[in-house]
Amino acid sequence: MVSYSSVAKRYPGGQEALKSVSFTLEPGELAFITGRSGAGKSTLLKLIPAIERPSAGSVIVNGQNVGALKRAAIPYLRRNIGMVFQDQKLLYDRSVFDNVMLPLAFSGHAPREAARRARAALDKVGLLGRERSNPIQLSGGEQQRLAIARAVVNRPALLIGDEPTANLDAESAARILDIFVEFNQVGVTVLIATHDQALVERYGRKVLHLEAGRIA
Amino acid sequence: MSAWLRLHRQAFLAALRRLGTLNALVIGVALSLPAGGYALLEGLRAVAGRFALDAQVSVFLRADLKRADAEALGSTLRADRRIASVRFVPREEALKELAAVQGMSEVIGALGQNPLPDAFVVSSKPNTLEALAADLGKLPGVAHVQADAAWARRLVALAGIGRVALWLLSALLGLGLVAVTFNTIRLQILTQREEIEVSKLIGATDAFIRRPFYYLGVVQGAAGGIAAIAIVAAGLALLNREVAVLADSYGSTFRFAFLDAGDAFAVVLFAGLLGWLGAHLSVTRHLRAIDAS
Repeated sequence: MVSYSSVAKRYPGGQEALKSVSFTLEPGELAFITGRSGAGKSTLLKLIPAIERPSAGSVIVNGQNVGALKRAAIPYLRRNIGMVFQDQKLLYDRSVFDNVMLPLAFSGHAPREAARRARAALDKVGLLGRERSNPIQLSGGEQQRLAIARAVVNRPALLIGDEPTANLDAESAARILDIFVEFNQVGVTVLIATHDQALVERYGRKVLHLEAGRIA
Repeated sequence: MSAWLRLHRQAFLAALRRLGTLNALVIGVALSLPAGGYALLEGLRAVAGRFALDAQVSVFLRADLKRADAEALGSTLRADRRIASVRFVPREEALKELAAVQGMSEVIGALGQNPLPDAFVVSSKPNTLEALAADLGKLPGVAHVQADAAWARRLVALAGIGRVALWLLSALLGLGLVAVTFNTIRLQILTQREEIEVSKLIGATDAFIRRPFYYLGVVQGAAGGIAAIAIVAAGLALLNREVAVLADSYGSTFRFAFLDAGDAFAVVLFAGLLGWLGAHLSVTRHLRAIDAS
């Protein structure tokens, strides 16, 4: 599903976020990326939907070399990847429901079908009763669940979470990770970056530990 | 409904929601100036054209000329190849025509005798008017020659100046329309910046992002065009009420004609195209700025 080989990422200005990263994530697998802040976790994840491009090495997602992808092809790559961002990137000028509808608008779904899918996604994260609320009225954990609902509404084969449990209490954090695990159980490949080593160990899944831009 | 159609409908409806009445009105007012000017000029050209077409020369004869000599002169005129038609206006008839004009009969009554000379009204073939008038002035028995087309020609020349001025005005205000649209779209992109950024991150194509802004530019321009036509129609209706009073006093049915359907359509189309152009320039520039950040 995802395969990195000798991937390096150097930002303009010379900062080397990734030095040489290689790993493979099989379809249906769930893996955690751990490491301290600044270890390169976010950078590693951003290479998958081509938000950043690798400076060296190759990033293969679903058989496509993402680093060589044409600009026009990127939106279609992203539609097949559910992204849960570190800062969630919710839109606060619209309802919870409309936030989940956003990705469906791009693909021109029939309104009824789109609404049905949005409700299904909200149901899976336990927010169906809050669809008319504004995201600002939601708790931190609920906002994170909303972000997940938006990420999965297009039924992606790959789900990525960048520190989805940051700033959450232990109970909310566990609930979030449980949701990721539930999606994995129905066949979605999942990759989660987190600095919470203790939480990760509870699940006993594959762990890629990043240290100074390399997998240790 | 196909996905493609649905995406376009969605973008069009979004544009309608964001359409600012005030912006459309500003564009309408700006466009009503050249559109209204055009309607006025067309009206004047119709008047000037009517006179310029039958380029006439009035040949006034000496008062003491005998009727027989006048008739001889008439045959000379008819023989001239530059002359299309000749009409003899005896002084009695001229007096009758004059007396028919309101308020003139008393004046004529006061004069006691007919002060008018016999005259010929000669219409020339195209482009021979000047030379013909000069030659006619040299004929024996002719007191005075008046080329009636002189003022009509001036009117045509004036209309020509008006037309050039109108083109300049149209170009300037068209530029203004593009600038107004450019700015509307810029502000719209700024207010939707977050939505645009998030949408791009989760798989919106460039076309999807741009589409509503193009629609907004076109819809706003076209709405401005429609507003302009409404303003011109109202303006002409108001003007015609006064024109009617003046024209009736001359026994004329002249009114300023409203822009015909083709012209009105052209105004809306043109405004829509300029709106598209403004949107295109703005979208290209400002969405690239979002991309780069």
